[in-house]
Amino acid sequence: MKVKYTVGEQVFHAFVVVVTILLSLAVIIPLMSIVFASFSDPFEVMKHSGIYWHPIKFSLYSYQMVFQDKSILTGYMNTIFVVVVGTSINLLLTIVSAYVLSRKGPMLIKFFTLMIVFTMYFQGGTIPTYIIVDKLGLVGSRWALILPSAINTFNLVVLRTAMAAVPESLPESAMIDGAGHVTILTYIMVPVTKASIAVITLYYAVSHWNSWFPAMIYLRKKSMYPLQLILRTILVQDDTSTMSSGSLEALALSSDSVKYATIVVATLPILLIYPLLQKYFVKGVMVGAVKG
Amino acid sequence: MKKKQQIADPSKDIPLGLKLKKDWSKYKSLYLLFVPILIYYIVFQYGSMFGLIIAFENYKPRLGFFKSPFVGLTHFKNFINDYYFKRTLMNTIRISVTNLIFSFPCPIILAIFISELRSKTYSKAVQTITYIPHFVSIVVVTSIVMDLTARNGAITQFLAKFGFEPVTMLNETKYFLPIYIISGIWQNIGWNSIVYLAALLSIDAQLYEAARIDGAGKLRQLWSITLPSLLPTIIIMLILQVGKMFNVGYEKIILMYNPMTYEVADVINSYVYREGLLNLNYSYAAAVGMFNSIVSFILVWTTNKISNKLTGSGLW
Repeated sequence: MKVKYTVGEQVFHAFVVVVTILLSLAVIIPLMSIVFASFSDPFEVMKHSGIYWHPIKFSLYSYQMVFQDKSILTGYMNTIFVVVVGTSINLLLTIVSAYVLSRKGPMLIKFFTLMIVFTMYFQGGTIPTYIIVDKLGLVGSRWALILPSAINTFNLVVLRTAMAAVPESLPESAMIDGAGHVTILTYIMVPVTKASIAVITLYYAVSHWNSWFPAMIYLRKKSMYPLQLILRTILVQDDTSTMSSGSLEALALSSDSVKYATIVVATLPILLIYPLLQKYFVKGVMVGAVKG
Repeated sequence: MKKKQQIADPSKDIPLGLKLKKDWSKYKSLYLLFVPILIYYIVFQYGSMFGLIIAFENYKPRLGFFKSPFVGLTHFKNFINDYYFKRTLMNTIRISVTNLIFSFPCPIILAIFISELRSKTYSKAVQTITYIPHFVSIVVVTSIVMDLTARNGAITQFLAKFGFEPVTMLNETKYFLPIYIISGIWQNIGWNSIVYLAALLSIDAQLYEAARIDGAGKLRQLWSITLPSLLPTIIIMLILQVGKMFNVGYEKIILMYNPMTYEVADVINSYVYREGLLNLNYSYAAAVGMFNSIVSFILVWTTNKISNKLTGSGLW
């Protein structure tokens, strides 16, 4: 059916299209500029100011520098370790606790829920957490980046809400057939709530990938630094001395373009993954807005 | 309510101990599954809440929580009389209120705009593009911002055409707040619009049909159909936002500020970080942090109360 639009509607639609185009450009241009700069000749980058509309004298020199740099490579490995191990622990604990908290039978569930939700609104804060982590002997260890954030309560509430919405008859009938909780969780609850789980996985993985603050306060050895913390030392403090290889002259020469190449290398993996999960966003987030 | 209680009455005769025992034998496996999670919450969440007792002590790491000398409210008094109290409190309020006023409405408007787009492909493209910055780390966003606002950066150069002095903008107190807010909108507008988009999708299209037949214009439809349908979502997001007000994105502030802009950029949390983890004044910093947590908690609680009274919906 063809809808006939009034003049007012046409004007409004045109306005909306223009605004969304401008917003998209505002997002794309700074990011494209970095990509183009990273493929530019380091000499040109030194002289250039403003936006890059295309690579200036195309060159892969910056990427060669990045991939030769030991600290960036170990940073990459450290980040991958934290993302893989951290996200696995996050998911395991979040899925299990969401399942337990979504059961209506046990007497203590209400109490546990209250206890957990309360931590969303009141926290001990940076310093006491630091002291606890220190008392556990985790300062200086990679586990300090993983264990203190083993569960994100908001994600837990999202998943619990999703699991509570699953009709009770599903797990009950399995229970009658003799299935235990682990079986029910694995073969019924997880597949049924996979949209929410997908979104939560992305949340956790992205937050580990992009995290730098815990690494800055808990880690002592540069060899354990994740990529983002190394990036911070290079980018924000403009300090290329952290980079371990290459002659000083070459470093000084290429610092700006290497900076751009590092940003690209550190950001690309996530930008490639999230569109694959985009179809789950609306569904997963919608549940999140429901009351805790 | 009363009826329910009457039905539940018979179980009252059974003593609590016995009920718990029955409950345990029936749900043992569920409770056992929950043990690791309980340990996590007790150790890291409640442990750190318990750790707040150091705010009332002169905490010495080798003496521990229990043997460090007790000093009562000294640290709180010191903070309130400190030069930094006024500065960090005012900055926290200024940054979070400005953020609430300017950043909060943006994703709502974007969601409405996206839902108005007639081409599915284009709408999808706008969504995918505006989500990107959410996945870019705060470290990278900060460095992009620094690049753009440097003396020879694109934004500085652009503004210079309109008579602004070309300076390194992040070293200027007057530019810190706008840069902080605008880069925040840039990073989160797309992602934060998702929850509103979800709410918009659930509006019955027949409502709009009927309104059009009755001759309601676009703006009238927005006002009378779209906004009321979004209201519950807006309220929940607003309460969450208010609750986070005192936890202004201090990671980003720590990355963006420098001694030249401390005066306008230093918030309570960044002060806690400097005092506690750089100057190692654990107890004092914990007291400052606790002040922050308490104000935060009161804010959420009050907003929720008000929202429950006014609209009948809230977080709990």
